[in-house]
Amino acid sequence: MIFLRNIAFAVGDFQLQNLSLEIPTGAYCVLMGRTGCGKTTLLEILCGLRRPAQGQVFIDGREVTSQPPGNRNIGYIPQDGALFPTMTVREHLGFALRLRRRPEKDIAARVEELADQLSIAGLLDRRPLGFSGGERQRVALGRALSFHPSLLLLDEPLSALDEELRSEMRQLITRLQRQHGITALHVTHDTAEAEAMGGLRLLMRNGKIEKITNPETRTSSFEKPIS
Amino acid sequence: MSPKSTDHRAASSLPFWIVIGTIAATYLLFIGVLLASSATYSSPGDWLRALRAREIQYAIWLSLFTCTITAVLSLLVAVPIGYLVSRGQFRGKSWVDAALDIPIVLPPMVIGLCLLILFQTTGGRWFEEFIPMTYTVNGVILAQFIVGSAFAIRTMRSTFDHIASRPEEIAMTLGCSRWQAVRMVTLPLARRGMFSAASIAWARSMGEFGPILVFAGATRMKTEVLPTTVWLELSVGNLEAAVAVSLLMVVMAVVVLVAIRSIGERP
Repeated sequence: MIFLRNIAFAVGDFQLQNLSLEIPTGAYCVLMGRTGCGKTTLLEILCGLRRPAQGQVFIDGREVTSQPPGNRNIGYIPQDGALFPTMTVREHLGFALRLRRRPEKDIAARVEELADQLSIAGLLDRRPLGFSGGERQRVALGRALSFHPSLLLLDEPLSALDEELRSEMRQLITRLQRQHGITALHVTHDTAEAEAMGGLRLLMRNGKIEKITNPETRTSSFEKPIS
Repeated sequence: MSPKSTDHRAASSLPFWIVIGTIAATYLLFIGVLLASSATYSSPGDWLRALRAREIQYAIWLSLFTCTITAVLSLLVAVPIGYLVSRGQFRGKSWVDAALDIPIVLPPMVIGLCLLILFQTTGGRWFEEFIPMTYTVNGVILAQFIVGSAFAIRTMRSTFDHIASRPEEIAMTLGCSRWQAVRMVTLPLARRGMFSAASIAWARSMGEFGPILVFAGATRMKTEVLPTTVWLELSVGNLEAAVAVSLLMVVMAVVVLVAIRSIGERP
């Protein structure tokens, strides 16, 4: 379970205040909100790239507020993929496992498994220069899933893709999330995308999460804005 | 009647290119004439005679040696400092940034004088008991390093400014410490910048004269580097030898810069 308690953060004119959020284990949660409303900041706080001014972050019951990003067991997929230009796809997929000193045999097996699931086996020995948006996102997804994280963060993962690729990628993400039994938090400014992804939907406005709806029951989980 | 949008015709861009092309050509021509006039002033016989002189051969090797050491030392400080001022967010950063440019804006002779005074202080004298600096080859390297490293730091800073920080942050979420992320993701991307920082430090050191003259002296077969040779030869009226050494410095600088660039640009 992901739990944010009374998070506050300010950078320049932008402020997040008194923000709380709970995502049950294994859920696919979509966080909507306009561009610039603080969605990416929230993801950065979750994965430890930013420290909140106050509040606490819990992942699977463990407080991680002051833990460095590498200790949180979170897979992060940023908007543009942020691939490593000097590494091959094989090196991307094995990167986190090599840091964890897994045996080379296990790494090779995991790389093959991911390449197969993501249909990128043909790209394994190539570097990302010249990859299409879809290829980049697949590699980023594989890299984030490689070390079996407990939480997957997706920052506008479909925004750079054309319509056809979007629906393909959407299905791939949903399938992998279920296969891996991983909790996912997907942020987007696109309402249609949020509806298509299903799962739990949240809306972020003015630095607060104002509404939580569960589309499957079509009822509001919280009557009042949570803050 | 309102004018139609088709009434407007943009002027040709040809004159624009002709003007900036002419400025560039004139500038390059000036540099070419500058070098050619020196080259034709002395004969190949003068060059050979100068190059055979034992003192000048020593100066050539000392210049190559000190510049290479300076380039390596400059890179060693430029990478961490460049990274700090590019990525670090801390109070007083603009002051640190300005302070890093001090060696660039200080008059060369002043740098030499400051060094000379520094090693006359109690701490400086104590240091010299272990590593002699004033009027030694170490002093030549230190004088070159002060200016060379400032240019290398600028180059590394702009290199890191142009490398996105996102991949490095993603590496940290994958389990890297900051140092591992920098070493495995950012430094391989900064390779070209590192080559150009080292080559800039090398080239600046090759031409360094003022601080060396003041701090390390101009003793033949001891602290004489090529710019010192030019000055010494000029001061005794041996213009041919001064020109020959100057041309040699031009050739050495071009050869080394081209070599370093071609290594740096290899994929």
